[in-house]
Amino acid sequence: MQYTLLILVLPLLSFIVLGLVDSKWKPKVAGTIGTVVLGIITALSYFAAWEYFSMHRIAGVYEKIIPFNIEWLRFTDYLHINLGILLDPISVMMLVVITTVSFMVNIYSLGYMVNEKGFERYYAFLSLFTFSMLGLVVATNIFQMYIFWELVGVSSYLLIGFYYTKPSAVAAAKKAFIVTRFADLGFLIGILVLSFYTKTFDFGILTSGDTSVFASTVGASFMGISVMSWALGLIFIGGAGKSAMFPLQIWLPDAMEGPTPVSALIHAATMVVAGVFLVARLFPLYVVYSPEVLHGIAYVGAFTSLFAAIIACVQTDIKRVLAFSTISQIGFMMVGLGVSGNGGHEGVGYMASMFHLFTHAMFKALLFLGAGSVIHAVRSNEMSHMGGLRKYMPITNITFLIACLAIAGIPPFSGFFSKDEILSACYEFSPYMGATMTFIAGLTAFYMFRLYFNIFWGKEHKHQHTPHESPFAMALPLVFLATVTVLAGWIPFGHFVTSDRANYDIHLDFTVATISVLIAVCSITLAIIMYRKESKVPKRLATTFSGLHKAATNRFYIDEVYIFITKKIIFNNISLPLAWFDRHVIDATMNGMAGTTQWVSVKIKGFQSGQVQQYAYVFLLGTLIITALVLIF
Amino acid sequence: MSDLLTNLLSGPVPIEAYLGVSLIMFFAGVYGFLSRKSMLMILISIELMLNAADINFVVFNRYLFPGHLEGFYFALFTIAIAACETAVAIAIIINIYRNLTSVEVGNLDQMKE
Amino acid sequence: MGVILYYMNFLSLFVLIPVLMMLGLFVSNSRKQIQFITATGASLLLILSGIITYMYLTERAAGNVAEMLFTADTVWYAPFNIHYSVGVDGISVAMLILSSIIVFTGVFASWKIDPLPKEFFLWYSLLSIGVYGFFISTDLFTMFMYYEIALIPMYLLIGIWGTGRKEYSAMKLTLMLMGGSALLLVGILGIYYTSGATSMNLLEIAKMKIPLTAQYYFFPLTFLGFGVLGALFPFHTWSPDGHASAPTAVSMLHAGVLMKLGGYGCFRVAMYLMPQAAHEMAWFFLILTGISVVYGAFAAIHQTDLKYINAYSSVSHCGLVLFAILMMNETAATGAILQMLSHGLMTALFFALIGMIYGRTHTRLITEMGGLMKVLPFLGVSYVIAGLASLGLPGLSGFVAEMTIFFGSFQHTDTFHRVMTIIACMSIVITAVYILRVVGKILFGAIQDAHHEHLTDATWFERISVVTLIIAIVAIGSAPFWISGMIHESVIPVISHLAK
Repeated sequence: MQYTLLILVLPLLSFIVLGLVDSKWKPKVAGTIGTVVLGIITALSYFAAWEYFSMHRIAGVYEKIIPFNIEWLRFTDYLHINLGILLDPISVMMLVVITTVSFMVNIYSLGYMVNEKGFERYYAFLSLFTFSMLGLVVATNIFQMYIFWELVGVSSYLLIGFYYTKPSAVAAAKKAFIVTRFADLGFLIGILVLSFYTKTFDFGILTSGDTSVFASTVGASFMGISVMSWALGLIFIGGAGKSAMFPLQIWLPDAMEGPTPVSALIHAATMVVAGVFLVARLFPLYVVYSPEVLHGIAYVGAFTSLFAAIIACVQTDIKRVLAFSTISQIGFMMVGLGVSGNGGHEGVGYMASMFHLFTHAMFKALLFLGAGSVIHAVRSNEMSHMGGLRKYMPITNITFLIACLAIAGIPPFSGFFSKDEILSACYEFSPYMGATMTFIAGLTAFYMFRLYFNIFWGKEHKHQHTPHESPFAMALPLVFLATVTVLAGWIPFGHFVTSDRANYDIHLDFTVATISVLIAVCSITLAIIMYRKESKVPKRLATTFSGLHKAATNRFYIDEVYIFITKKIIFNNISLPLAWFDRHVIDATMNGMAGTTQWVSVKIKGFQSGQVQQYAYVFLLGTLIITALVLIF
Repeated sequence: MSDLLTNLLSGPVPIEAYLGVSLIMFFAGVYGFLSRKSMLMILISIELMLNAADINFVVFNRYLFPGHLEGFYFALFTIAIAACETAVAIAIIINIYRNLTSVEVGNLDQMKE
Repeated sequence: MGVILYYMNFLSLFVLIPVLMMLGLFVSNSRKQIQFITATGASLLLILSGIITYMYLTERAAGNVAEMLFTADTVWYAPFNIHYSVGVDGISVAMLILSSIIVFTGVFASWKIDPLPKEFFLWYSLLSIGVYGFFISTDLFTMFMYYEIALIPMYLLIGIWGTGRKEYSAMKLTLMLMGGSALLLVGILGIYYTSGATSMNLLEIAKMKIPLTAQYYFFPLTFLGFGVLGALFPFHTWSPDGHASAPTAVSMLHAGVLMKLGGYGCFRVAMYLMPQAAHEMAWFFLILTGISVVYGAFAAIHQTDLKYINAYSSVSHCGLVLFAILMMNETAATGAILQMLSHGLMTALFFALIGMIYGRTHTRLITEMGGLMKVLPFLGVSYVIAGLASLGLPGLSGFVAEMTIFFGSFQHTDTFHRVMTIIACMSIVITAVYILRVVGKILFGAIQDAHHEHLTDATWFERISVVTLIIAIVAIGSAPFWISGMIHESVIPVISHLAK
């Protein structure tokens, strides 16, 4: 399957070409090149997926295929970075997800971004992002993953800051990069520790189940915690940063300053699930060597999910609502992985998590693109500027509704199937976890329909221009993704992707399904009551729980805590004194040495009076003294 | 006392006598060099010291190494050098006088800055 | 000419070409001629470094395993056993490539230098003689001599063509570096006399055994002496002032190449010749360099002058070089050399860009700039690339170097060293903070000053300079294997000597 190399090479070429020509070509040409390249690699990915999954399983499991692997840099005899392509069920699945969403976003952007300055730059960055993300998922070793991990980080930075004249966008881009960079430090140290003990970067060796690789970790511990827990925990911090897990979630809502299609691609469907993918990739390690870290991941995921869902209920910027909903849904995926065991029925959480990743990518991209369509029409992100748009934008309305139903977990839409599997895995882990996640699922349904009704129903806002349906280039991706969202639930996912790569037949757990659907329906009903028509209920609720409401609107002041830490502590209490110290202590010491020399020289200058006779007198005296000394001794 | 005087007058002149003269000359020169303010006087003092040295050269040669001529040559050599030195020094002094209208050595400390 | 070459070995061309450049400059009398001479000379040097790399690699591929290749040795001053001896290994070849690229780009960055272009390039050529001579020498005395040759022109270059408090900075820089070289001279002479070698040749002294007590005296002297030039904490303060005042090309050459003399010297002279003392005393210097790395990065956050930011960032990055050298294993040492190369390139790019921006806006304060990306897209994009290289983006040279250092250092069996490595790792986050702060402030956002609306983007000679550097950065970053391999095999003899 050598041709999979093209999937990586083509977007890179596209980035280089589009980046170099800058604005010498017509915008349309650049856009077309980018989109066509994406179209080709999407086709290639589909073909690869078809070829891969139609291969025979060997001993009941899908083989891992490495069609291409070169040594890029050699550290030591055993540690060397390879760049290559690893095909296994999750990477193939990710290939499909990334190319699909990316292709749709490319098409969509032809309509959405057409009047923007820097169209070529935009497509160049999109290609760079696609290249990096694809490189990340097909990585054959953990270091290659880190390389592309950094590259997606920077393409995200560039794309968030696309409107570089807008200060808020620049600040958001910087924040996103630095927060994820901080998390990546954890990832890097995790790799350092892991590779120090196992002497390898290679996923094939790490996840082979061969315990001899980990022989040197046995009994090794640091500060009372085993080194494997350290390594895996630190690696998870990297994943938590990219996937916006608490308390590193602060960058994602701000990242919505980027163009909306970018939010759809990077901050909803693909890049933010990199953390989930990372944990899934190293899942055999987590589950065997450090189950306590894995449980920690589950708790972090659950807490983040709840936290984000609460905030999402009160936000008024539609992209931020979607951003918090993304955080919450990624929390679901993390929980799915965290509660999972390995293999067979134990591993249902893993399968469900990957399934949810897949369906979520589709419907969340759809939601963002729909939101983009709305924003395109009303030129605002605020809910209060919308309302009653269903008359003007029928396609957007229907597709958005489908996505909302999917995320709320209503059968037969795709979200129902994946979420339901996660919930049943949670119930098997512990009833509390199951109950919490079910509650969050209810919250999800509520805030999504709050969003939906506020945009498309409710009181109509006076518009300057009459809103209109989006052009074809934008409608097409909406329709395509909506179709996928409707149908994806019926994919026998357990057949393709499971923790042990063996076949697993999904059984719907009807008790769990019924409960969750009931709760979802109740939440939707509540949302209908509160938001379909203008109503006083939301306002009254807001005043009743004013403290909670205010805290949630301000995202529980986590950003303020960060600003306190960075501005007050690091900036003012470390950096400023250090800079002062450098100038006024260290440099002053150096200057002081020079000053002392000068002072001494001024002092002894008086000896040189310039009076010849004085010199002669001193000379004579000196001679006499020396002579006397010689005579005496 | 009379013995000493007789010896001194009748016998060959002892080396101490020559050395006494040159010693007096030399320290007169040193005193002049340190105490006089005029550059000309200082120059003369230097000449005195040089001449004292010349006397020593000649005397030591005569008494310690009779038959050798290096001391005499050296004395002649010093006289020649002293002459040149005096010429240069007087030239400098004249120039200083033209610029400052004074040859007081106490005024000449501009070079220290 | 042929005769000279026969006796001097063709490595000496690296010194000879700048000498010829100086002769040419003496007789030139118009700006056109000066430009022609310097550009030709610098291009020749660049081509020569390409040829030497090719020759070196083919020679190695042919199976020549000598420690130094292309060696030549001529007695220069017999009474003191001073030889003119040259030779290169992979490390020196890497440094020669770096020097040639920077000398070349520096010429184009100061294409329109004013006033006194002739004198500027005369000193500039003299400086490059020192730099090249240092890297090709294998004799301690000639090394030291070239080191001094490289320091002196700096005083005049900063003092005459600099900006701001130039006299103060020039004096400070020269005095501090001279102080370092005084320590160095004592160290070198001490090494020579206690080793009992019959010449000052590095390779010969390395075979001798210097008494342990002597090593305890001369290792710190030599390491500090070179360390001052490598901006070792707390002797780094010449760097911010010096770089801030220096003219563009001088900052480039100084931060890009001259500071590397320090790291190269520490490795080649201090560590190589005195392995036992290096082992005993490494922990102390390791702490100092660890402080340099983190301290420089933190101090950079709070600066407002572009050149100061870059100078402190150099302190941090050069600290990493010495840090890695002190780890004393092959990978970390390879990383150190890579870091020298990479830091040299990107810091030169930074200084070139800062000079170009300053030439247009007449300010270097980040508070007075903003939105320059819109009016200066070429310089803006290049600045972003330089910034990304500096914060270690994969695909650019900084990443390769830093990762080699971190992974090399972390292989150390001692926990202290591994903890130090983790502390050093933190610098990459802080680097991201100050780089993005600057990029965000000066390039993005709204234009701060109405005068900046009509600035013109880079001219052709500026583009040559910038593009050359970017190509080099990208080339090392995306295909590091060949250069890393070349350096690695040359590091092995030194490290195995240390391991004994």
